[in-house]
Amino acid sequence: MTAPRDIHDYIAEFEDIPGTRVFTAARARQGYHLNQFAMSLMKPENRERWKADEKTYLDQWPLSDEQKAAVLARDYNRMLDLGGNIYFLSKIFSTDGLSFVQAVSTMSGMTVTDYQAMMNAGGRSPEGLRSKKEQR
Amino acid sequence: MARITAGVGSSHVPLLGVAHDQNKESDAYFAPIFAGYEWTRNWEKAAKPDVVILVYNDHASAFDMKVIPTFAIGCGERYKPADEGWGPRQVPDVIGHPDLAWHIAQSLILDEFDMTIINEMDVDHGLTVPLSMMFGRVEQWPCRVIPLAVNVVTYPPPSGNRCWALGEAIGRAVASFPEDISVQMWGTGGMSHQLQGPRAGLINAAWDNNFLDGLIGESDDLRRIQHIEYLRETGSEGIEMVMWLIMRGALGPATRLLHRHYHVPCSNTAIGHIVLEPIAPSSSGA
Repeated sequence: MTAPRDIHDYIAEFEDIPGTRVFTAARARQGYHLNQFAMSLMKPENRERWKADEKTYLDQWPLSDEQKAAVLARDYNRMLDLGGNIYFLSKIFSTDGLSFVQAVSTMSGMTVTDYQAMMNAGGRSPEGLRSKKEQR
Repeated sequence: MARITAGVGSSHVPLLGVAHDQNKESDAYFAPIFAGYEWTRNWEKAAKPDVVILVYNDHASAFDMKVIPTFAIGCGERYKPADEGWGPRQVPDVIGHPDLAWHIAQSLILDEFDMTIINEMDVDHGLTVPLSMMFGRVEQWPCRVIPLAVNVVTYPPPSGNRCWALGEAIGRAVASFPEDISVQMWGTGGMSHQLQGPRAGLINAAWDNNFLDGLIGESDDLRRIQHIEYLRETGSEGIEMVMWLIMRGALGPATRLLHRHYHVPCSNTAIGHIVLEPIAPSSSGA
């Protein structure tokens, strides 16, 4: 019932959305170990080891140097660029004691207060943020 | 025979679980959200479903990147709340219904929906938050629950059309289960939200409300919405709304609205909630 599609067009369209990294297969492959590392923090004993010495814990995972640096700096946009997915990365900020709003606001370049004010006023409008190409 | 008696759609924001667990439901921030669920909590006490088939997505809790099932059905006896990084929610274990779940799993596979079968897993906020929203604080959940997990994280997720068709097949499977039990179909997730990148915080109330409108009545237009539209219009995590289409598909050709609620914001997300009942084809003109 759904019209046939060209898989290349399907994937390419995602890159036309401003300020968004869709979790494509390419990102899933690049970020495999980054996401699996984040996932490991669901276990309390791993959280303890991570908190005791982040760098040593991280060195046990086959991450790239860039990925490790982004994790240690809690640079979530960079982690997304390097294949991280927000649901996996949430294990990192949850371990840090941050809420979704606190962590997510850091990616928007806004202070938590400004971000919360925006959300309370109805959120970010999709106007102008739907398509880079069509500027709508 | 078993029958699907109602459909429920709801967001499953983790913060709602926190608010509920910490008795903050009447705080100024949360009160307008929970107020929209009061009707449903009362209605559920009277409706007394035997089973809820709960469509949700796992948020990197039971499934990691090792295995990514598109559609997975829980056939186990019971499921524990997952530890998502801050300890498990203090809510009751979820009791499954293996007889019905296995019946649905077998029926779906024979109906050419190649399901993944889960016998053991923990269930995260995607599943337990809707239970708290609909049933409140309880010693035990008042019904059996069949988890139905959908991949909406790694692309591509299933199409809206495929989700709707899966719902239709679940409807057929339930109708051929020999016990006379009442089954509700819940679709969870959404509504508009984006949790990542510079566009985080996107909300599209007009689109969300058109989507809610489209669940009511005879139209099946929603099944033809493409992934790219969800992404552009409702944010990267708005794609979760395809899970509501499994609920809608299971209700059959037409629905009647019983209750509806919409509120912005909860955390980064627009809260949407709807309760529908199927209209039997013979009485659709009534």
